[in-house]
Amino acid sequence: MAEYVLETRKLSKEFKGFSAVKDLNLQVERGHIHALIGPNGAGKTTVFNLLTKFLTPTTGTILFKGIDVTREKPADIALRGVIRSFQISAVFPNLTPLENVRLALQRATGTSYHFWRSDRCLDKLAGRAMELLDSVGLAEFSGEITGELAYGRKRALEIATTLALEPELMLLDEPTQGMGAEDVYKITTLVKQASVNRSILMIEHNLKVVATLADRITVLQRGAILAEGPYAEVSQDPRVLEAYMGVHP
Amino acid sequence: MNRLVWIALIILGLLAPYVVYPVFMMKLLCFALFALAFNLLLGYTGLLSFGHAAFFGSASYITGHLVRNSGLTPELGVLGGTLFAGLLGYVVGSLAIRRQGIYFAMVTLALAQIVYFIALKAPFTGGEDGLQGIPRGFLFGLIDLNRVYVVSGRPLGLNLYYFVFAMFCLGFWIIHRTIHSPFGQVLKGIRENEPRAISLGYRVDRFKLMAFVISAAMAGLAGATKSLVFQLSSLTDVSWHTSGEVVLMTLLGGVGTVLGPLVGAFTVVTLQSKLSSVGSWITVIIGGIFVVCVLVFRRGFVGELARLLKRSL
Ligand SMILES: Nc1ncnc2c1ncn2[C@@H]1O[C@H](COP(=O)(O)OP(=O)(O)O)[C@@H](O)[C@H]1O
Ligand SMILES: [Mg+2]
Repeated sequence: MAEYVLETRKLSKEFKGFSAVKDLNLQVERGHIHALIGPNGAGKTTVFNLLTKFLTPTTGTILFKGIDVTREKPADIALRGVIRSFQISAVFPNLTPLENVRLALQRATGTSYHFWRSDRCLDKLAGRAMELLDSVGLAEFSGEITGELAYGRKRALEIATTLALEPELMLLDEPTQGMGAEDVYKITTLVKQASVNRSILMIEHNLKVVATLADRITVLQRGAILAEGPYAEVSQDPRVLEAYMGVHP
Repeated sequence: MNRLVWIALIILGLLAPYVVYPVFMMKLLCFALFALAFNLLLGYTGLLSFGHAAFFGSASYITGHLVRNSGLTPELGVLGGTLFAGLLGYVVGSLAIRRQGIYFAMVTLALAQIVYFIALKAPFTGGEDGLQGIPRGFLFGLIDLNRVYVVSGRPLGLNLYYFVFAMFCLGFWIIHRTIHSPFGQVLKGIRENEPRAISLGYRVDRFKLMAFVISAAMAGLAGATKSLVFQLSSLTDVSWHTSGEVVLMTLLGGVGTVLGPLVGAFTVVTLQSKLSSVGSWITVIIGGIFVVCVLVFRRGFVGELARLLKRSL
């Protein structure tokens, strides 16, 4: 067993000559909550898109549990147990929260290509779906139209949907972005709960959240690693203070 | 939808030939099925095909050929036409699905033009004349589809009508089942948020392709049935005109609604027969109506009604 659940080696991505990610060597330890931070435009979302195959790397390799997955397709990576969320909330807006979660649960039933069966055969997933909704505090909203839910609830639903697939590695892109203090606290608790028995790589701007959750932090700047280590160490690094937090020591 | 509505519609369909001109009803049913098949793709998968006449028309030719030249019974002819359309759907779909949005539509249009060209030039399609005098034959070798019954003084081709109605119900049921299946749930997810569906581990291209094949086959079923009704397979069936018509019907009635394509097909087919005397102006008139409807009822007739009633129709 590889010690790292996820590893990149010299991972680079160029957009028409502009290097969004440069020679990135990232290592995520199994069981860790690993935070990826950095100023806007540092290339964090691009790293996620590379890891989940929504973008093809220009050069470099990606290893998941020691297996080279650089050339795989997005759905393949998901089937291996790497499930991502998106910076802009990714829900199915015209479905109910229950149906959102059920769509994730459905994958494991192996009936997803069965066009000749009634979807009533999915009713048996409702119990588990409700459990998941309940775990993120959405049980009472299970039958509403998802698109009409408050923003914080959509993000919570996204986490419930992701957890429905029991991913080995969860990638969260700014899960608390644009939230009030109360929602931030809720999501922080959720992520902490979700981290049991799995690894999480999260992009996060809120340093309080990072301080609370992260076992390890990677600071990205202009596509390259600026600093890396536990929060206590990284937060004292003068380069980080200057580049990221705008503090001049 | 309400079970009573279904029963009412079936009874309506069964009684229709006694009230309405049966040929009109049969044409309506064929085009309604065609629009339903198209709606499976546009309304429930989010794929806009500009070349659906290729499936409608090629099935019409294949069925015509099978019953006229090979002497097959009508149900086998229809089956052959439907399967061929499904196969063609697989080929067209495989090529088109790699493209997104308008490029997808362009690829379907381009491939449909190739099919049109083949229909125009190939020796077995009759070129400009099409396949004429397609015999309706005996269903299962037993039931004469040409048989006419005289009901209160009117001659009615009831055997043919009920055959067409049965084909329509079969197609409707298959499409309805597909929409409300585990597969249909994934399609909904893809339409709502494709990247999210991918990131949940669904290979969306396979789902789209399968939806495309089912839609093409059902469009084929409609075209195959049509060739028996009119005893004719012609270039019109495969032309871009017909591809456009089905888009129009679906948008008029309401994309992504169950009843929308029925209402849209009814509107267009009725207008066409009522206005047939005005000649080529008909295209302009239908176009005008379409523009007005798109501006006033953006969701189509049924779509707007559903919104007023706050329920899906
Ligand atoms: N698809 C793309 N095409 C061209 N440039 C892109 C693309 N995606 C991101 N970029 C550029 O790459 C840089 C990094 O973007 P991003 O990864 O979104 O940053 P972050 O998530 O850290 O804020 C930005 O300058 C952005 O404009
Ligand atoms: Mg970002």
